[in-house]
Amino acid sequence: MNKNSSLRMKLYASPHIVWSAIFIVVPLIMVAYYSFTNADGAFSLENIYRLSDYTTTFLRSLWYGIIATIICFILAYPIAYIISQSKLRIQTTMIMLAMIPMWMNFLIRTYAWMNILEDSGVINKILTTIGLEPVHMINTPGAVILGMVYNFLPYMILPIYSVMTKLDKNLVEAAQDLGAGKVSVFAKVVFPMSVPGIVSGITMVFVPSVSTFYISQKLGGGTFALIGDVIEMQFQISNNFHFGAALSLVLMILILICMAFMNRFSSNEDVGGGMVI
Amino acid sequence: MKKTHPLGKIYAFLIMAFMYIPILIIAVYSFNSSNSTGILTGFSLKWYGELFKDKATLEACYNTIVLAITSAVTATVVGTVAALGIDKMKKSWRRSLLMTITDIPMMNPEIVTGVSMMLLFVFIGTFLKINGILGFWTLFIAHVTFSLPYVILNILPKLSQTNPNLAEAAMDLGCTPGKAVRKVILPAIRPGIVSGFIMAFTLSLDDFIISYFVSGPKFQTLPIRIYSMTKKRVTPDMYALSTIIFVIILIMLIIINMRGLKGNSKAKGRAKA
Repeated sequence: MNKNSSLRMKLYASPHIVWSAIFIVVPLIMVAYYSFTNADGAFSLENIYRLSDYTTTFLRSLWYGIIATIICFILAYPIAYIISQSKLRIQTTMIMLAMIPMWMNFLIRTYAWMNILEDSGVINKILTTIGLEPVHMINTPGAVILGMVYNFLPYMILPIYSVMTKLDKNLVEAAQDLGAGKVSVFAKVVFPMSVPGIVSGITMVFVPSVSTFYISQKLGGGTFALIGDVIEMQFQISNNFHFGAALSLVLMILILICMAFMNRFSSNEDVGGGMVI
Repeated sequence: MKKTHPLGKIYAFLIMAFMYIPILIIAVYSFNSSNSTGILTGFSLKWYGELFKDKATLEACYNTIVLAITSAVTATVVGTVAALGIDKMKKSWRRSLLMTITDIPMMNPEIVTGVSMMLLFVFIGTFLKINGILGFWTLFIAHVTFSLPYVILNILPKLSQTNPNLAEAAMDLGCTPGKAVRKVILPAIRPGIVSGFIMAFTLSLDDFIISYFVSGPKFQTLPIRIYSMTKKRVTPDMYALSTIIFVIILIMLIIINMRGLKGNSKAKGRAKA
């Protein structure tokens, strides 16, 4: 009877298994299928050969993604630490404040940045009113990276914060009792313990930054395309699904490699926490 | 708790300012009487009036809510049932394979998820010779799919915290397995189900990238409507809409937070007593 019911419970997973097979696995097979066929449905490597035309675009996307992720980390780590050290009431308010912008539609928020950075936008109006020269900011790589940092910063703050609040205060005290100064408590206890939060923060910022297309369209003005822009164009404008699929396949593999690299790096760090210094 | 260093306070303030300046700009321009989103001319509520005259946007709001409710309910039901089953599976390659596949929509770039589902739908469409297959149902399937991992990941930890003997005790006392699930397990994992549902609901409300690829002209959601409007120069009624959404979210969060505080003080009171 008991075994029977346990077996029946296992069957509960079957609707989900069927659903995942049809709507997760099959679509990925479709991506591969479209990548290796041409418009007539015949096997072809034409799309794969064409990919090399977009090497610069891929590299640019990766590069911007890396810079945005690093800036997010530099901005988010101190704020996560500050929040985790403040009073409980202030903590809840601050975390709420950090989360609210995520609930606003990201298209509108990005569009608002366009209004701020434009040649006749908010910043330049302020500059000219106080008698300074206007600065050209929109449609530059800096504007695109700013858009990425702005949109994805909460994704870096939250996981680092949640690891830091779980950090055992006794460990910090033990380190202090054993004669560690502020710097070495941070370097040997706090930072190594927060690595899991950093890793998930980096993942959560890097993946959407590399694959974005809206931010680069609005803040980059289409002067330089990111890989997301090229994919979007293949599907929505040029209707070349086969080449679009090949680009998506490469993007997916690139991100998988980056993730695997990250995970390796983080698990090494876990083993030798003292290695950080 | 020690006091935050003044420099820390200034830093926290600067970061919050960075996060809120665009939102402030949106709110200011929504009350601006000028037609363009560039020049401040004077206070006016006309964009809020315009917004309620814009049928397409209102319809998109309605569509978004219908889609969010139906997809979140479906994802929560399928996900809860799936979590019950996965919890019973032994730690084997089968379980880890299933979990890896479940997590794919969460790990993959959204654009790839969107594109891959679009390819499937288009393929089915040409195979079955259905014109314009992209619409409510394709959006619904996509939203359920990307919400499922979040629902399952919210419920699984609660299940592993639940004592398995409880369900067995219920069955020994004469419950059918189904009744044991309903009467014993479901109440124990309710917080996980609720937070899974809330996550699925908000993800669906806010999703643009995946929806953009699997939607057609017949059924537009709000983010897609906003996207098509930001292709041209935006009129401030979009800003009015965002301000309204922002205020609703703010009020909701304040209510939830106040209730949370009350609950906390109640719990504390009980602990004292």
